[in-house]
Amino acid sequence: MTSSLRTFFFASGLLVSSGFSHADESVLDVVSVNYPLKYFAESIAGKHVKVALPMPADIDPAFWEPKADDINALQQADLILLNGAEYAKWLPKVSLSLFKQVNTSSLLRDQYLPVKEELVHNHGSGGKHSHKGTAFTTWLDFSFAEQQAHAMYQAFVKKMPVQKPMLEENFKGLQTSLKTLDGDLLKIGKSLEGVALLGSHPVYQYLKNRYQLNLQSVHWEPEDAPSEQQWETLKQIVKTHPAKWMLWEGKPAEETVKKLAALGIKSVLFTPCANTPEKGDFLSIMQDNVARLKTVTPQ
Amino acid sequence: MSDSLYLAWRYIAFNKKKTAILIVCISLIAFLPFALKALLNESEHQLMSRATTTPLLIGAKGNSLDLVMNSLYYSKEKPDFIQMKSVTSIVDSGLALPIPLYTRFQARENPIVGTSVDYFEFRQSKIADGRFFAMLGECMIGADVASRLQLKSGDTILSSPENVFDLAGVYPLKMTITGVLEKNNSADDKAIFVDLKTAWVIQGLGHGHQDVKKITDSSLVLNQSDGIITASSKIKQYTEINVDNLASFHFHGDTSMYPLTAVIAVPNDNKSATILVGRYLSDQQNQQIVRPKKVIEDLLENIFQIKDFIDAVVLIVAVVMSLAVLLIFSLSLRLRQKEINTIFHLGCSRATVVQLIAAEILIITLVSALICAVSLWLLSYYQSYIVHALFIS
Repeated sequence: MTSSLRTFFFASGLLVSSGFSHADESVLDVVSVNYPLKYFAESIAGKHVKVALPMPADIDPAFWEPKADDINALQQADLILLNGAEYAKWLPKVSLSLFKQVNTSSLLRDQYLPVKEELVHNHGSGGKHSHKGTAFTTWLDFSFAEQQAHAMYQAFVKKMPVQKPMLEENFKGLQTSLKTLDGDLLKIGKSLEGVALLGSHPVYQYLKNRYQLNLQSVHWEPEDAPSEQQWETLKQIVKTHPAKWMLWEGKPAEETVKKLAALGIKSVLFTPCANTPEKGDFLSIMQDNVARLKTVTPQ
Repeated sequence: MSDSLYLAWRYIAFNKKKTAILIVCISLIAFLPFALKALLNESEHQLMSRATTTPLLIGAKGNSLDLVMNSLYYSKEKPDFIQMKSVTSIVDSGLALPIPLYTRFQARENPIVGTSVDYFEFRQSKIADGRFFAMLGECMIGADVASRLQLKSGDTILSSPENVFDLAGVYPLKMTITGVLEKNNSADDKAIFVDLKTAWVIQGLGHGHQDVKKITDSSLVLNQSDGIITASSKIKQYTEINVDNLASFHFHGDTSMYPLTAVIAVPNDNKSATILVGRYLSDQQNQQIVRPKKVIEDLLENIFQIKDFIDAVVLIVAVVMSLAVLLIFSLSLRLRQKEINTIFHLGCSRATVVQLIAAEILIITLVSALICAVSLWLLSYYQSYIVHALFIS
């Protein structure tokens, strides 16, 4: 190695330190793009991190539309935790440090699930193209969630090598909880084998895939009353997919629940918990989800 | 002595043409070697200062000098493109931190450098006015761009089309200037910086347009069936990115295949650098990894070989010109024989004649030295621009 490169390492010490290691006594400023990652970060690194979820609590973080000031604030963070799988639709429209980004699902790239998009268009010389994308609620496959947490743990170890024993212990605790959820859902999936289910929103792709659920989704919003056309679409689906349960990402409107019940479809809440919950935390919310889904299984 | 100087001055003032030629010749003899040395020192300084602080550079296989000159000094010679997945592979390797560069476009004859915000931390660049770019369509400008074009943060600048005859090409993008960088006497002073994604929008890989679902003008829709809307090329595409249309901007295809001109790799340590270099040695690799310092050292070695040759030529020219000056003086003495005889007849000694001629030589030499000094001072003031124009651009 030439002396100039050694000089470079010395001269760029500030940069390398910002990219790779961090004073272990200080608190890392971490930004997360959704609540599950925030929960994982806090569970693993505890008091050594200050995790911010920069978007308002009442919106889906994936579709947040940040302003320039928000991004300038994000540029000051030590780490930016990304979900990957094309989550955070705002990400391609902003400028953030590549050094600070941690794509927690980068090793799962080959296992991302595609989303069918009905709209394809073309114009000019660009040829035909669609806006289809990738399903992004990866954490609803708890084996994926575990790997995302592991990627985060590794990033923290790089930043705070002295804290490795503490980080490892905390990660193992979180890993156990996620494994338990995964095991429970695998059992539920087995007992639901062949049982037709509906999803109120296309957010359950990874849940369906991992736990072998026979689930078909519509595109309804919990707080909005479905249109006549949406009801008609549902009726058509039910003809070939005789579901008795619909999974909801949020508490559905009473009117919708009643109309569904009239069609013989019961509602069950299975929230992805993408944003900070009003009560409880990620683990308790997911445990509740699993407990509710268990009630769907044939007795 | 003052009388001799006065008479010498009067003689010189009377023979303006001859004196001017002598002064130009002597000034040039003195100026050329110093100027050459100053320019070479400046070029060495400019070339090496960025090369030594850039540890590794990854680009398409080909001319390594083109790659380094384009990536470090934004020269007009463009290397072949590599793909964005090169950045991902460096991240995945865990051996280095990547800083992508895409230097294909220009705005008002200034290079547009597409990169990430990490570049500024890496180069330790500071903002003199405004803030770093944060959103798609924003840019920052170097100090020289700001002063030359009278631009400041809040103003806008339009990207230049690559080919003015390509009427069907990509629309120029109107970029909002968010900040002006502090001057750091490097190629960055003359550059416009945008996020990599903004550079891709300039290229047309990303764009924003009217919502095709909400088109009311039927002439804009060529076909609509099975959920496929085929819009005509009349559809309105945005040439400026602002808060109102930002959401409509999108990229098509696999962004990991999008183009870059180079990636600066900042290795974790010496071992990581060596491993990373080793990974690019395979013949099957269509990329190369270079140490810019080594490439520039090789370039300078060639320049200094040329300098030795030029030094020899300058020496020969100096000797010839000195002989010519001596000849001019000796011929001048012969031509002035009558004048010298008159001086003798007036009762002056031979020493007085010598004193008169010495005074003439002294005045001519002093004026030449003064011109040479002023020229060298001017050169030192503009040498950074001259070097950039001659050796770098």
